[in-house]
Amino acid sequence: MSLIHETDHGTPPSKATTSVTLRVDGIDVTVPEGTSVMRAAMDAGIKVPKLCATDSLAAFGSCRLCLVEIEGRAGTPASCTTPVAPGMVVSTQTERLKKLRRGVMELYISDHPLDCLTCAANGDCELQDMAGAVGLREVRYGYVGENHLDAAKDESNPYFAFDPAKCIVCSRCVRACEEVQGTFALTIDGRGFESKVAAGMDQPFLDSECVSCGACVQACPTATLMEKSVIDIGQPEHSVVTTCAYCGVGCSFKAEMRGTEVVRMVPYKDGHANHGHSCVKGRFAWGYATHRERILKPMVREKISDPWREVSWAEAIGRVVSEFRRIQAQHGRGAIGGITSSRCTNEETFLIQKLVRAGFGNNNVDTCARVCHSPTGYGLKTTFGTSAGTQDFDSVEHCDVMVVIGANPTDGHPVFASRMKKRLREGAKLIVIDPRRIDMVRMPHVQASHHLPLRPGTNVAVLTALAHVIVTEGLVDEAFVRERCEPDDFAAWAAFVAEERNSPEAVAKISGVPAELIRGAARLYATGGNAAIYYGLGVTEHSQGTTAVMAIANLAMATGNIGRPGVGVNPLRGQNNVQGSCDMGSFPHEYSGYRHVSDDATRAVFETMWGVTLDHEPGLRIPNMLDAAVDGSFKGLYIQGEDIVQSDPDTQHVVAGFKAMECVVVQDLFLNETANFAHVFLPGSSFLEKDGTFTNAERRINRVRKVMPPRNGLADWEITVAIAHAMGVAGMDYTHPSQIMDEIARTTPTFTGVSYDKLDAVGSVQWPCNEAAPQGTPVMHAGGFVRGRGRFIITEYVPTDERTGPRFPLLLTSGRILSQYNVGAQTRRTANVMWHDQDLLEIHPHDAEQRGVRDGDWVRLASRVGATTLRAKVTDRVAPGVVYTTFHHPLTQTNVVTTQYSDWATDCPEYKVTAVQVTPSNGPSDWQREYRELSVQNTRIAADAAE
Amino acid sequence: MSPDKLVYMANQIGKFFAHQGEAKAVAGIADHIAKFWDPRMRAAIQAHAASGGAGLDPPVLQAVMILPTAGGEVPRRGGGEPTRSL
Repeated sequence: MSLIHETDHGTPPSKATTSVTLRVDGIDVTVPEGTSVMRAAMDAGIKVPKLCATDSLAAFGSCRLCLVEIEGRAGTPASCTTPVAPGMVVSTQTERLKKLRRGVMELYISDHPLDCLTCAANGDCELQDMAGAVGLREVRYGYVGENHLDAAKDESNPYFAFDPAKCIVCSRCVRACEEVQGTFALTIDGRGFESKVAAGMDQPFLDSECVSCGACVQACPTATLMEKSVIDIGQPEHSVVTTCAYCGVGCSFKAEMRGTEVVRMVPYKDGHANHGHSCVKGRFAWGYATHRERILKPMVREKISDPWREVSWAEAIGRVVSEFRRIQAQHGRGAIGGITSSRCTNEETFLIQKLVRAGFGNNNVDTCARVCHSPTGYGLKTTFGTSAGTQDFDSVEHCDVMVVIGANPTDGHPVFASRMKKRLREGAKLIVIDPRRIDMVRMPHVQASHHLPLRPGTNVAVLTALAHVIVTEGLVDEAFVRERCEPDDFAAWAAFVAEERNSPEAVAKISGVPAELIRGAARLYATGGNAAIYYGLGVTEHSQGTTAVMAIANLAMATGNIGRPGVGVNPLRGQNNVQGSCDMGSFPHEYSGYRHVSDDATRAVFETMWGVTLDHEPGLRIPNMLDAAVDGSFKGLYIQGEDIVQSDPDTQHVVAGFKAMECVVVQDLFLNETANFAHVFLPGSSFLEKDGTFTNAERRINRVRKVMPPRNGLADWEITVAIAHAMGVAGMDYTHPSQIMDEIARTTPTFTGVSYDKLDAVGSVQWPCNEAAPQGTPVMHAGGFVRGRGRFIITEYVPTDERTGPRFPLLLTSGRILSQYNVGAQTRRTANVMWHDQDLLEIHPHDAEQRGVRDGDWVRLASRVGATTLRAKVTDRVAPGVVYTTFHHPLTQTNVVTTQYSDWATDCPEYKVTAVQVTPSNGPSDWQREYRELSVQNTRIAADAAE
Repeated sequence: MSPDKLVYMANQIGKFFAHQGEAKAVAGIADHIAKFWDPRMRAAIQAHAASGGAGLDPPVLQAVMILPTAGGEVPRRGGGEPTRSL
């Protein structure tokens, strides 16, 4: 193993299709028109010295090191900013160039500390490399003149340091912040000798708008911006390419290692989802894997009020099996089940559903996608024929109009948001449909053409009103509909949406969105060129979540925005493997590849493979499991990598369900909130400690590679295999996850072409990957829909039964923040808490004033089902009548107030609409007090075992 | 399983299919419940329907009445203590 050194071509590739041939140092090279001379030279194997150029950024031409001579042209142009021309003859190394470059380097080094041996970048410094490349042997100016060597360091950011004494003012960091990340937090302050890199208004990095994506650190050619982990540990000696375990973007990273210690995570340029970019979570927030609170030994207890007792793996797994078999003997085969994790690998997920179906003998398996994107599966399968987004991320480069609905990409999917922002800066238009003024509504160089601040719960009404405009104003792509869609369904749908009650004017009264805004947005979507819809949980987590997904699909079909780059319907998946966990048969009604359990032919495939008879009846979904537990017919649950108690709605009901169970098995990294109610704890492994695959929001299957041994002793898939063996489940003799993927490929038509060998060879593939599409499918439904013809569905608006009233006059909606992830189990155990150490309640100034609430005050947030307390943040980001918070902290337990209302089709909870009241408070709610006491008691580990 | 909650869930499904006309709606509702509800949930709503089906909207009641009998074993209740306190 060695470090992976990615080639830096100096400038970005040209997308031109015509070629130009030139000669560089006597070598003929043919490149796309528009390529820089520097890049052409690199293609010919010639590295032109450079400092301000790097191929992730547009050429800048400031460092004057990459000078070349071109026959017939005067002077010594910069090769980075000079485009190639036919017949051009370039010399990269002449006496004149050598002298010029040495002179430039002398100037740089005359104002640079000569501390290479103790510098953190020693061995990985482009300035050092260039000094060597140009043959610098002396600095004639000396080092005693005016300089920047005493400039103060900025160490405010927890993850990287800024040492201006080492800065050469190449602007790579500033340009990376602008071009790659799109935040514009950095600038060059001052002129001439006074020029310096400054964050925000010349503030410490931590206080500025910097979002800690790490793009500036990655771009820095010196040790000016440097990861603190490198400063602490030293330079890495080998790297392993793997996939981030945070959001559904699925960024590829090089885990740069020294032995089994991670030195840093560096975004991988060849990663097809992220193309070398990252966010604060993936780039820096991986320290939870070695956090002191990590549980590394199996534990059991008789009652949940007992202290935990550390035991051997054999005893813990023996307890799981004996208890599950006892429960089944007493209460029936369907009295136990399992929950797979959208944070675990495809292989682990596949194994759990196999264990449940083949070992437990029922279909009581579900996944946390139940509570986020299950409506996407149902809605898109019904309309298009398959349960997945239609595009790849690169598609956004061809997009002219983006609709962002119920999503907050800059916080939830920040790396893809940077791609979106880049396209918007290039001129694409943006429509935001969201109750809250998300950052993308207006931020540096991005402004939405339309923001529809709809009342929570009215998505379907607004989406149908958009369709009304498209149909009644003659904006339907009739040729597409005629050729690609079911004609009768379209006719019925068109007649429905055209009804006056679906007009923007009628819907304005329901949604609070002015009719002209709806009309303007509809016209732009239908006529603005390639239009793509990107949506998130603000669409799905409603009582009409599935209907809203169908309404989105209707819009795309009606306008012909499906089946080619730049368009489509794009669900932004929350967790890293939401798509994969759904693909792998985690839902209780279907096997991998979305095939219903009642389908005899599908069942026969698995019965033959697994050697058992399988149940043809659907199993319980997560909310049904909890209801059945309270009802007394569901007694045992195996949960891998999910914290149901913190993440699922109506916490008191969830807790009641868990308390009614007789054997709860939690497999996780930490004693999470659900573990408070568990009888067996199986310590899990982090994504750094196992092999496998994740499938991101664009259906891209990416490899997860083990970079260190599991600290708990076993990878998660090995734990499931051990349980299966103890239960006597046949066909579980895997020695490597690649064999599990082979089984997936043998049983799942959309995965038949997937193997670790292929993934290792090509990096990643997007399913379907099979005989018809051996290299995968970036854009779906290109020639026709998976179901044949696209199906329009009538989307009647049905108001939620969660209503405001005198006691609960405000609507609560919830979401995420950039620095934290889901229930925070991982990110709360990193320095990311510096940005978000508690959940805050956003409340409009008008509502705050009425209640005597000031910014920072403790407030009581109460709904019909429960109450919690948290601090208020007074802001007009939310509309009057709407409040907003996050759910990252267990001390808040936002879901104490959310209700059991759920989507009609899938039971996905209605997190996004809860009627609440907000009042000043001076202490925790009764629930919080009781829960804290219980949590302290239920997380005790017996002293003798802990020693 | 609480009949009230199951009735509410079934009626929610019914509202989605309502526009399709009675015959199609009844078939659609029945198909959806058969595909997504586990046998104990179906058995519970069928038992509720058999005892009059209070609260079920008419097409939903019809749909429940034509549901096939759940196959396989329906788990037995016992020992659960529904509670909202800690």
